[in-house]
Amino acid sequence: MADSAPWWASERFWRTAAVGVTGAMAVVLIFLTVDTYPAMQAGGSKVPPYTVINKAIDYRYDPQLKRQVPVVQETDPLFGEKRSAAAAKALVSKGKRIVQGRNCMNCHTLLGNGAYYAPDLTKAWLDPAWGSPAARESMMVAFLKDPPAYGRGYGSDRRMPDLGISDKEARAVVAFLKWMSAIDTNGFPANFPTMRQ
Amino acid sequence: MAPGALDTANLNGGQRLAVRYFTVAVALFVVQTVFGLLAAQQYLTPSFLFATLDFNVTRLVHIDAMIVWMLFGFLGAVYWLLEEESGSPVVGLRLGHVVFWLLTVAVAVVVLVFLLVQYGPGTAFTLWFVNEGREYIEAPRWADIGIVAGLAVFFGNVVATFVRGRWTGIGGVLTLDLIALGGLYLAGMFYTPNLTIDQYWWWWVIHLWVEATWEVIVGCLVAWGLMQILGVRRKIVTTWLYIEVALMFGAGILGLGHHYFWIGTPDYWLWIGGFFSALEPIPLVAMVVHAVYDAGVQRLRSANNPALAWLITQAFGNFLGAGVWGFMQTLPQINLFTHGTQWAASHAHLAFFGAYATTNIAVFYLAVQRWRGNVWMGANLPGDGWKWKWALGLLTAGVLGMSVALLIAGYVESFVQRAQLGSTWQAYFAAQTHPWFTSAMWWRQLFGAITGAGVVLLVWDLATIGRGETRRAELPRAAPATG
Repeated sequence: MADSAPWWASERFWRTAAVGVTGAMAVVLIFLTVDTYPAMQAGGSKVPPYTVINKAIDYRYDPQLKRQVPVVQETDPLFGEKRSAAAAKALVSKGKRIVQGRNCMNCHTLLGNGAYYAPDLTKAWLDPAWGSPAARESMMVAFLKDPPAYGRGYGSDRRMPDLGISDKEARAVVAFLKWMSAIDTNGFPANFPTMRQ
Repeated sequence: MAPGALDTANLNGGQRLAVRYFTVAVALFVVQTVFGLLAAQQYLTPSFLFATLDFNVTRLVHIDAMIVWMLFGFLGAVYWLLEEESGSPVVGLRLGHVVFWLLTVAVAVVVLVFLLVQYGPGTAFTLWFVNEGREYIEAPRWADIGIVAGLAVFFGNVVATFVRGRWTGIGGVLTLDLIALGGLYLAGMFYTPNLTIDQYWWWWVIHLWVEATWEVIVGCLVAWGLMQILGVRRKIVTTWLYIEVALMFGAGILGLGHHYFWIGTPDYWLWIGGFFSALEPIPLVAMVVHAVYDAGVQRLRSANNPALAWLITQAFGNFLGAGVWGFMQTLPQINLFTHGTQWAASHAHLAFFGAYATTNIAVFYLAVQRWRGNVWMGANLPGDGWKWKWALGLLTAGVLGMSVALLIAGYVESFVQRAQLGSTWQAYFAAQTHPWFTSAMWWRQLFGAITGAGVVLLVWDLATIGRGETRRAELPRAAPATG
């Protein structure tokens, strides 16, 4: 590339292009972020309010969208206790802090992100593994408190270690998992057969 | 002084600081490999270290040691080239040394806490002092603040040095990229109960680091390395660098959208993320053309054959690992079935190695050459340079083999767990216990051992290559800086 290079091969052209393209893309990203933000708020169009833990939740096929969507139904308070917006948020938040503090994400995935050594937790609340809606809450709490005793490996030797999760902590984690199961994940995971309601 | 001895008198100020960063980076590369082997073994025999050093700890150390050794390599590499590139001694070098020690001690403390404390209750204290629990950026908040402060000092030194000396194209790109690198880390430093918003910003750090700003850093390092090793003209590498930046940020910034398919964001991200991330391989093709063309023009004659070989490996590894492996699963219609499976692990192994480990190793070879008094490292090394050649071969074969094994495991998960059985826990374990999956994990461990052997040989070679060498390097044509 001598100094007589055509304009499209010149250093100056590409320097301008690099700065211009980077700036333009950054502006578009900021615009999209502003547009996405309301949908991501708890209670926005894609993410449930924290009080969704007071409701029954399912994940059903929508024939128009041709994918599964979360379906929020009648009142079904978690552990039989209907919570205010503030109390629900506090409980879900406590559950999320526990999930972070116990380093869950380096075995499990949340919304498909994390490690692949243990099952995805996105729809854990709806998983048929818990048997029935009546048994689910107590089974989840018992499992979290003593995973080696209550875990099921389905033929695998993998076990979850005892992370010293107390009864109160387990209930907060279950609240977080229930709230997460109502996030509209654009159909991920697909063809998920939920627990029979 | 014996011929070819390591002597800091051979180095300028910035380079003396750089070799400290490189030493820690190599040590962390070893840590990464050891913990990778431990974690891989836990897939095969889950009772291994159960309740002592569980998978979430071994895997955490594996991935975080990787991130930090890459970063230390980059910081060192920038200090390495800074004085020659700017034509000025590093401004604030003493502070730079202080920051190096602070960062190193901080990394050691964080790793020890990860290993010995492991986890904490769901309180702010845990997130500030034990484990933030967000993949890749698990480092507790105090360390985050330290990292940002350290990067700020580093950035100040780089800018002040270029200002005092001269600006070059590489210097300009590097400076703007470092602003983005430091600024983006801030996006990962807050707590929210809302997991969707959490992951939205988390990806600003993870994606915009490894798929944008890091790629531009290695673009700068490769451009500079080609001038050093092959004597390519500055005008040519600078123009290529601008092309790569335009394509990299043009595709990579909105390519971020391929992480916004399934986390609770509007579905227009499927189109935006799918389209732009599908373009991400293009700049990587440009980098292959650039590196291979330059090497061919010089008929593979170079002042530093190991560094040249690693840069060529970088060009292909970056294209294959980041480009092809990423593209395979980036469109939402396939990603729906590959997301959250070993596909991601396969891609990560090949991409981090191909794009970043290779670049750092090439710079390490340039550094030991100068450190030993600019000794000969071209053709006709003692023993025909068997150590560096075998290290390169074992590492490349090992990582490629691991990536293919993990890809097979990922296919089993996509088909059995996701497509056939619908991603329940039972479906998950149906895939994990599938003979195709379990045998793939054995292959992964075998190739992991080959990678480990390559790391041992690499460290041995870096410590010994050029020792006792009396021939001086034949420098390639000088590459004068232009303003």
